Amino acid sequence: MANAIQLLADFGRNFTLSDIREQRVDLAFCKAPKEQAVRLIRELRDDAGYTHLVFLTNTDYIEQGIFTLTYMLHNYDARHTLGVHVDLDRNAAEMESIHNLWAQAATYQRELREMYGIRFPGSPRLDEDFCLEGWDQIPPMLKEFDTAAFSLERFHSREGRGSVDPSEHMKTLLYPTHSDEPSSGGS
Amino acid sequence: MFEPNPPIDLSSGKYLKLWQGPQHPGITGNMSLELITRGDEVVDCKTHVGYLHRGFEKLMERRTFIQNFPVVCRIAVPEPTFNEYLYAAVVEELTGIESPPRAEWIRTLNLELMRLASYLMWLGGIGAAFGQSTVYQWTVTHRDYILDLFEEMTGARIYHMYIVPGGVRGRLPEGFEDRCRDVLNRVEKLLHDVEKVLFNNVVFKTRTKGLGHIPKEMVDPYGITGPNQRAAGFSRDLRKDAPYLVYDQLEFDLITATESDTYARSWVRYLEMHEGIRMLRQCLDRMPQDGPFQAKMPNVLHWEVPAGETYIKAECTRGEYGYYMVTDGSEYLRRVHVRGPSYTHAIALMEKLAVGTNIADIAGLMVSLHTYPPEIER
Repeated sequence: MANAIQLLADFGRNFTLSDIREQRVDLAFCKAPKEQAVRLIRELRDDAGYTHLVFLTNTDYIEQGIFTLTYMLHNYDARHTLGVHVDLDRNAAEMESIHNLWAQAATYQRELREMYGIRFPGSPRLDEDFCLEGWDQIPPMLKEFDTAAFSLERFHSREGRGSVDPSEHMKTLLYPTHSDEPSSGGS
Repeated sequence: MFEPNPPIDLSSGKYLKLWQGPQHPGITGNMSLELITRGDEVVDCKTHVGYLHRGFEKLMERRTFIQNFPVVCRIAVPEPTFNEYLYAAVVEELTGIESPPRAEWIRTLNLELMRLASYLMWLGGIGAAFGQSTVYQWTVTHRDYILDLFEEMTGARIYHMYIVPGGVRGRLPEGFEDRCRDVLNRVEKLLHDVEKVLFNNVVFKTRTKGLGHIPKEMVDPYGITGPNQRAAGFSRDLRKDAPYLVYDQLEFDLITATESDTYARSWVRYLEMHEGIRMLRQCLDRMPQDGPFQAKMPNVLHWEVPAGETYIKAECTRGEYGYYMVTDGSEYLRRVHVRGPSYTHAIALMEKLAVGTNIADIAGLMVSLHTYPPEIER
């Protein structure tokens, strides 16, 4: 879609869009304020042909204290995909629900609630378990959740099994002369 | 868009709650359906996943880019190759690597062989769901012939780890093309047999025609892609609409139907298997016999993936399969999201279509949507 940037510029008259970027001729990204995002997405769907919600996901920027939601939309006629980013405050992560726009959005929002703790008020079955049953830790996709520490704490190790750090193991295989010990070939 | 089902009073004695799965022959993979029935009719359905949750996306955030290859192929067990290709493709785009033409042909061959193997497994499943277990035995046997080809091509039957950034891990073995043609001939003959015993079978026709009808207007609101979408009359296929690898150099027809029921979806897939064989033969005939199969790459321990973000998709057997990746310039990726078609087909769509269906047809309905749970719970 040659005029994706132009389309976003046109939408920019009614919305405060930023970080507009074309990754490929068929893929672009932009950022919208939280308060305007759902209205923008609705207009993209209804007026600009982005009728397909490809997915909804989140990226955790713990250093900046934000979550960035990505609404990936696709226009079948123009063969163009557009990612709309929305920043949320990591400590009060709440976003307007889009379950009324696409049926499968409720599932994405339920997953984001479970995996990141983001709230989508009004989204159906939001607090029902999605993948995790009886989970009593912090949401596991948060950057501060340490999977290795969780495993060591939750599960006991079996005798006779060891582990090798893969990068150290590869260095040993590739650069044996720089290794203190000969390659063991793993354990 | 979301339409809640009317409230059901389980204590009224009119309803029965049934769990189909996670260990049940009438379920695709390890997920379960929580069904509420009134007599033989399903009045409510909820899909439950998580039985295979291994946290792939989280695991990948803690591994270097090369270490993720043994992880990604496990996201869709019957179809790991698409994960390998897409993961390699996002890394290639973000790092500016181009794989050589010969590798692009081998990758296409690999993906289409995988598609055929996956469809054979599905074809057996749809047969078994409607009482034709013999079809299942035939198709699984022929899938094994394809796995033999993968074994000699890649060294592994299921998790190949063969497509890597910059190309593929190795050239095709000596005489592979002839053995591949032989397998294609055998599969083609099998398909004609399956057409006679399954698609012309009056019981199969009676039970599948009209079952699980997906109205055209449901397709976009439910995010339906792939054969489920094409059976509803949409001429959409990423191999045509956004060609990748060498698909723009291959001749193949887009298969569509209009009835949009279980029979139509099955028939579309059946014809797509023939198109797949047609494409595979073109790959074997036209593939370059020499030239590099791997771009010149830095040592895997010194890969530098700059900060960036992209989304790449491919047409797998079930529809749009995609990898969205965010990198921040470190040796680990910031975020990866795997978009699998089962996410909506097995949950929002299945929960909708199951209502009003006879309990005996739930297994067939589910197989007709062709879903794999690992790509839901990643």
